[in-house]
Order: sequence, then structure tokens, then C-alpha cells
Amino acid sequence: MTTATTGTRTEVTTAATTEVTTRTGTAAVSGEDRTAGSRVEVRAGGGWAAVCGLSDLVPGRGVAALLPDGRQIAVFRDRAGRTYAVGNRDPFTGARVLSRGLLGSAGGRAFVASPLLKQRFDLATGRCLDDEAVSVPVYAVRTR
Amino acid sequence: MPRTPRPTIVLVGHGMVGQRFLEELASREVTGRARVVVLCEEPRPAYDRVQLTSYFSGRTPEELSLVDEGFMERHGIELRLGDPAVAIDREARTVTSRAGLEIGYDTLVLATGSYPFVPPVPGSDGTGCFVYRTVEDLLAIEEYAGRSRVGTVVGGGLLGLEAAGALSGLGLETHIVEFNPRLMALQVDEGGGAALRRTVEGMGLTVHTGVGGKEITTGPDGAVTGMALSDGSAIATDLVVFSAGVRPRDELARDCGLEVGERGGIVVDEHCRTADAAVYAVGECARTADGMVYGLVAPGYEMARVAAGAIDGELGGAGGAGSPGASFTGADTSTKLKLLGVDVASFGDALGRTEGCLDVVYSDSRAGVYRKLVVAADGTLLGGVLVGDAEAYGTLRPLTGSVPPVAPEQLVLPAGAGAPAALGPSALPDDAVVCSCHNVTKGTVRAAVTDHACTTVPEVKKCTKAGTGCGSCVKVLTALVNDELEASGVTVDKGLCGCFAHTRGELYEIARTRRLSTFAELLDGHGREEARGGEGCEVCKPAVASIIASLAPVLGASGYVLDGEQAALQDTNDHHLANLQRNGSYSVVPRVPGGEISPEKLIVIGEVARDFGLYTKITGGQRIDLFGARVDQLPAIWARLVEAGFESGHAYGKALRTVKSCVGQTWCRYGVQDSVRMAIDLELRYRGLRAPHKLKGAVSGCQRECAEARGKDFGVIATANGWNLYVGGNGGATPRHADLLAKDLSDAELVRLIDRFLMFYVRTADRLERTAAWLERIEGGLDHVRDVVVHDSLGLCAELEELMAGHVANYRDEWAATLEDPERLRRFVSFVNAPDAPDPSVRFVAEREQVRPDLTLLSGPDIPVRTLEALEGSTAR
Repeated sequence: MTTATTGTRTEVTTAATTEVTTRTGTAAVSGEDRTAGSRVEVRAGGGWAAVCGLSDLVPGRGVAALLPDGRQIAVFRDRAGRTYAVGNRDPFTGARVLSRGLLGSAGGRAFVASPLLKQRFDLATGRCLDDEAVSVPVYAVRTR
Repeated sequence: MPRTPRPTIVLVGHGMVGQRFLEELASREVTGRARVVVLCEEPRPAYDRVQLTSYFSGRTPEELSLVDEGFMERHGIELRLGDPAVAIDREARTVTSRAGLEIGYDTLVLATGSYPFVPPVPGSDGTGCFVYRTVEDLLAIEEYAGRSRVGTVVGGGLLGLEAAGALSGLGLETHIVEFNPRLMALQVDEGGGAALRRTVEGMGLTVHTGVGGKEITTGPDGAVTGMALSDGSAIATDLVVFSAGVRPRDELARDCGLEVGERGGIVVDEHCRTADAAVYAVGECARTADGMVYGLVAPGYEMARVAAGAIDGELGGAGGAGSPGASFTGADTSTKLKLLGVDVASFGDALGRTEGCLDVVYSDSRAGVYRKLVVAADGTLLGGVLVGDAEAYGTLRPLTGSVPPVAPEQLVLPAGAGAPAALGPSALPDDAVVCSCHNVTKGTVRAAVTDHACTTVPEVKKCTKAGTGCGSCVKVLTALVNDELEASGVTVDKGLCGCFAHTRGELYEIARTRRLSTFAELLDGHGREEARGGEGCEVCKPAVASIIASLAPVLGASGYVLDGEQAALQDTNDHHLANLQRNGSYSVVPRVPGGEISPEKLIVIGEVARDFGLYTKITGGQRIDLFGARVDQLPAIWARLVEAGFESGHAYGKALRTVKSCVGQTWCRYGVQDSVRMAIDLELRYRGLRAPHKLKGAVSGCQRECAEARGKDFGVIATANGWNLYVGGNGGATPRHADLLAKDLSDAELVRLIDRFLMFYVRTADRLERTAAWLERIEGGLDHVRDVVVHDSLGLCAELEELMAGHVANYRDEWAATLEDPERLRRFVSFVNAPDAPDPSVRFVAEREQVRPDLTLLSGPDIPVRTLEALEGSTAR
């Protein structure tokens, strides 16, 4: 696979990962940002897949993306600029909608609330905060 | 094997006391041990006669009912409506009903109540003469008042004043004729009566005291034309209501040889039993052991309890003559009422009949305030009268019989005139009765908090029943509960969520006064310490987004709800300007103002639905919902709709949804106003208004109410003189009929009032609190809201109107604004890295000529939609 490879590469090992030092401000998005800004990559199938530009992510919200093997993921960015990726499927309903949930934080940990029935999922671990038996897959993310 | 036959209890009369008696039997499980048969004269089960007059302010007979749904069935009670008892045979122990049914009894309970006393005045049976006791009486008065101009009430007591208020409310010129020298002679003294009279006259009613009706004159058709008074004067009147007191209905008892009092009333002992041990009498028909016939409901309830306990004991239960509180020896006749909008209260020895007692009086005729306390020489509070401002009733009544901790003169002075801070409920002793309807003491209320872990007033009400009778003690109850919670170290967290300790109303005020237009400023500056700098959560983000949207014109924030930071705060529905459905697809609802739609527009909706394969359904709000749109289809769908002249219906927002209408005067033979035009005007005025919860309105063109306006947050019903405005209605899980806020309004007055009402609601309601719950919760309820939005008691009205004017001026259709801007359209893709790929999990199957979601796709793993190469092509873009 091919991805744009400008800028410094930051290796990551956990799901909630990247320290982003550029453009952590407001959600202002312009065409220039998209072409010139950092790219968000998600580890999948042994490699890194570019999913979007960092500026495609509005702090506090997510987007849905397709991995090369057809899996759907939900990618988020928080106010501090950290990025997260989890499976897009809401395990309670089966609908691929977690990317449309609202991002929140409690005790310093980021979570997404499902837009359908509002169960919350820890974005770093994928654990459901309202039902310990349930979780969603998490993916390593990096910005470069 | 022979079974012991169950004993039979027959209750004659199903009024308030009768129903309470049944509840007392049920709570003692007597209903499981005995057959219970009830004979009821009226065509409806027991209802709240004390609140009867509220029928005229919009309560329906059904809402007045005191019988919980399923109560009779649950307890196996046989209720025979419209079939009164006509004879009792005590020897055979049978009761005969009007329908001819003969029922054998083991125990007979008479709760026949009383009948209105009609003075023996010639003409008192003329057409247009009424009494004021049952729902049927009120229905008849309402009907007759429609063709009358002047009404006269005979009797200036409690009920007379209520009746007069009702006639005045029905638009009649109203007279009150009272034989005594003052109004409410039984409850208030001369000074109180004078204050009351001034206030009543100030409302445009004419009061005649110290005179009686001599004759009622009728026309050739037998209809009332006037009333001659004992002083030689006369009133030209079309309608007469007799409300000159009641008499116990003891005729059944007389006929079967039971003893009755000299002035009526079935004679009973302290267990409410007659000389015949198998027969009891309770309520207004009974003459109790203290020689009194009580006409108030609280003593009646007490008798119901005592009689049920005694009968329980006879049947082998825990109650009975020996158990505590098992006798009735007298009752508190304290009352607090709001008559014609005036607070009137009397308690204890209000008229100063105790020997050697002294009066402490404060009187301000200008303000219509009169307060008198009756004290013994040693300072013991014996009773009192409060007119115009009965605020202190809640604390003074329970103090009766003790020496108050503050000198009596300070208790009658108004605040600021040398009076200390009002005597709080904390001054009450534990054995003080806080709720006299249910005989609940302060100690019981405190225990509800300390021992039963109640933390809110509704919980305490449920636990103790306090405050669920006449409601006059709720204020004191609230203070007591709060005191107790504070004392036990319980802090009630009213905060919006884990991020904010403020309520939504408080955050609204913070945003408004400090001109804060971003979530980050609010969270970092006003959030809980531990939440500052964080993300917020799914609760506070949409709530703040709604506040910012409501205040946008004032804050200078963007009126477009998805600009800048606001985009990150909106729930998914607002974020995509459509309603998320269970399979991840969206539904689309174009606005159809007032439910009026041209054939051309209907065709466009049909074509759009057909072309995009959408499932269509008519909504309850008179518009059409189109289901099954993928997120990436929304812009194309809306491009077609906007081109045809449609706008967003805001079905996705906590915002104005619809203003439903009936077809109105234009077509309907009953209509008296153009309800469709008004509904369209209102819907277009308030479209896009963000609120704490969704808002619905309706306009009916006549009293038949086909638009179901009283089930809406604001409902408008046409009258011959204009519009009546109802507020706080609700359908759904907890239905509530809207209350009348104001009547006979012009178009402009109506719009101005709704402007104020909605903005006051937006400003003060909690998150996700509909107007119905808000009206129930806020202190002072409907009266307070009326004071604020009609009488401008807080001086807010100009500001509220200005806020609404700002909203109306700033309104822009969100979908038109979205379609114009390519940046705003970027969020409408299924996948950020494959904008042209539809979500393969959103599929449909056929059902009943349309589609429904294919839910089988949701249970499995993701389905690949594209080859790797194709995907790489799209990410490189």
C-alpha cells in the first residue's frame, strides 16, 4: 500500500497514542490543511493504513473509515489532539455507527457514547463502561 | 367440604370519603377477606370534589377522578355506578338499590355525604336555578351560562365564593348574596371578611351582605329573570346558583329507624358506629361523638380510617377498638384556600370563642391583607385568620396549642416592618401535624429522610402521603425535607452531569450574562474542577449546544448549529440534520407548516421517496417521515426537497417540531377561527427554536378540539372572542392535559404570550425536561408562570420578547445553508477515505410494498465492499 510519507514518523505502541504538536486548535478545516497537514494512519493487517488527514477530524467527534480488508473503523480526535481508533460496529445494536457518537472524558480517559442507545466505550481499551462483558476492538493510530 | 362464606360489606355512597374508606379496607387487606359492594348514585366513580371548580380552569372530570385505574378490579370490589341505595332493612340485613337489587350485608357503611341546602324561596325551582356539588351540576351550569349574561350566587361561604369565581370566569356579571353580615362568616372574623370583600369587589363582583333572597322571578317560559332581596332591592339575573350550605343525607338512616341528630346527621360513636352494631356512618352524613357534623374532607378521611380499622378488627384483623388511633373524637377544621385568587386561611379558634382569649391583628386594607392570631393569656396560640397572604399558615397551624418561639405581634407583621425572619418550619416541634389531610407529623417527615432514605420531596410524598391532599403544606414540607437532608449531610447534586455542578438553567444564565459562546469556555471556567480541560460528555455537550443555539443572536454565535466548535457538540441527529434509525440509516422529515400541503409538494415527496427507495409514513404531527436514507444520500435528497420549496422540519432537534391544526373555520361548519392560518404563522415563527426538549404546538378552530391542542406544549383553542392559550400539555408515557394560561386573546396577544412562555421555558427548564414536567417542578407552578409571562412579575417580559424577536430574525433553513457550502457537505459520507462507497451494512428488504431494514446484516462481521486497489485510490485523493 502507498501512503504519503512527508514529515517525521512517530512510532506508536498503544491505542491511545500520538502526541500531536501541530494544529491542535479549533476545528477550522480548509482545503490547504487537508493537502498539507499530517495524515492519520491506523495499524491493520501488519501495516499502516492511511485513513484521513488530521484536519479531517473535528476535535470531539469521529469519522468512519474503511480498512483495506473491508472492516469499518471509527477514528476520533480529542481536544488535546490525541487520536483514537475503534471498531465502528456498536455491539449492542450491530449498526456501524460508533463514529457518529459523541466523544467525552471521565477521570482523564476518553470515551465515545454510542449514538443509538448511549452506552459508553473507553477509547483506549475498547471496554464498555456500562457493561463489562462487552467491548469493541481498538486499533493503534499514528499521525505523520 | 363446606366453605365459610365470606362476610359482605356494603358501602352506600362513593364520594371522597367512600373511596378513602375502600382504600383503608384494601390497605388492611380486608378486601381479601370480605366481599365489598359499593352503591354509587352518581354516574362516575369518586372524584375530587374539593377541586371541583378546577373543571372550569381546564381539568377534565377524568382528571378529577380519585380512583386509580384498576383499583376496583385489583381488590375485587363490586362498584355499581348510577344505582343508589333506596332502602335498608336492618332486621333482614339487606339493602335495596334503585335498580331493584337486594344485597345482604354483614356490615353496612353509610357514606352518603350531604346535599346542597336550597332555601325555601318561591321560584327556586325555575329554569336556570342550580346547585354546586357534582360534576353534572357544573356541566349544566356551564351549558346554561352560555346563554346568560348575569349570574347570582346565593351564599357567600367557601363554596359560594368558588361558585361566584366560576360564574365570573364563564364571563357572567356576577353577584353574591350572603345572609350573614360578612363573607365566609364561619371561617373569618369581621376584619377578615372586610378585607375579603374589598378584594372580591376589586375583581368586579358585586357583594350583597346581610340580605337574603326573597323571591326568584321567572318569565312565561319558566326561566329565571331576576331575584328580589329581603331589603326590597332586586337583581336582574339569568342564572342562580344556590350555595348556602349543605345538609347531611341521612334519609336512608331515618327511614330504617336509626337515630339522627337534632339538626341532622346519623348519630355515631367514636368508632363511627351507629346504635346498630352492623351499621357505620362516615363523612358528612355522620353526626360524630362530639356532636358535630363535619363538612370538611380531612375529618371525613379520619372517620374512614377509624371505621375501616374497627371493621378490620371485627373480621379478625389487626385494627379494632383497642388499637391506637382507633377512635374519632373531633377534628381540626383548619382550612387554607385560594378563592378567586385570594389566599384565605383559618385555623384553630379562628373566631376567638375561648374564654379570656386575646387578639393580635394586623390589617392593611390597601393591600387587602388581614392577619389575626388568637392567643391565650399565657401566650398559647389558639387559632387565627389570614386573608390576602396566607404564607404563614403552614407554620402557624401546626404551632396551634403551643407557645410560639416568637412573640405573636411579630408573627402577624409583614416582612420588613420590624418582623424577624419568617418563622421557619425548623421551629415546629416533632409532633406538630404538618399535613392535616393525612395527619402526618413533622417527625414522620423527618423519619422519611433519615430512616427511609428519601432524598426528594416527591419521594417523601410517596412515602408519607404528606402533601398529597389539598397541597397547602407542600411549601413547609419542602423546607423540612431540605433542612433534614442538610442536617444528615446529604448533599443533593443537582448538577447537569459529571462535568458540571450547575443545572441547565444555571448554565444558561452563565452563558447569557457572561456572554460565553463556546463549550470550552464554559467547561474550563465553570465545570467541575476534575472535568476542566477535559472533553465534556454526551450529556452536557448537546445541552450546551442547545443553550448556545437558543442564545446565538445575543452571544453573537453562529446561527448555523454545525459551525466551528458547535459541530462537535451536537448529537448525531443534529450533526447530520436527520434522525438516526436502528440500522444506521437516517429518516428525513420536511417541514409541513400546520399540516397544510399542496398536491404538487405531496407529489415531490412521493417522487423523492420513490427515487431514493425510502419507506414513507405519516407522522402524528401531520407531516411525512421518509426512512432509510444513507448518510451519503442526505444531500441529494435535500437538494430535491429544497428546490421544491421544503425546509428542514427539525425532527432531529430538541426544537420546535410541528404546530398541528384542524381545518378550522374556512371549511368546517363548527369552526370559529382560521386555525390553519394561525398554526402556519406559529410554526413559521418558532421553527428552528432550540429548547431543552422538543416542542410541539397545535391550534384547534373550536372547542371540539380536533387538533388535540391540550396534549401539546402550547395549545391554542379558538373561541368566539379570540384564542385561549393552554400550556404544559404532553402525550407520551406520562400524558398531561395543558393548563389554561390566558383566554380570549387577540392574534397579537396570543403570539406575544407564546413568545414569552417559550423563552421563559428555554431559559429555566432542565435538560430534557418537557414543559409539562417543568410546570410541575418549578416553584409556584402554573400560577408563577402566569405571573411572570402575563403579569410580568419579574420584569422579564421585554427581554423574553426581544430574545424571540432575535430568533425569528436570525432563522435560516439549515438544509439550504448546508447545501450551499461544500465544506458543510463534507460530513455526509459513509467513509472518510472512500467518499463514494455506500455503507454495505445499510441494506433493505421488501415488506408491504415498501422497504424495511435488513437487520441480518447487523449481526455478522463487516462485509468488504471494495478491492484494496480501489480503496488505495480513494485514500490518495
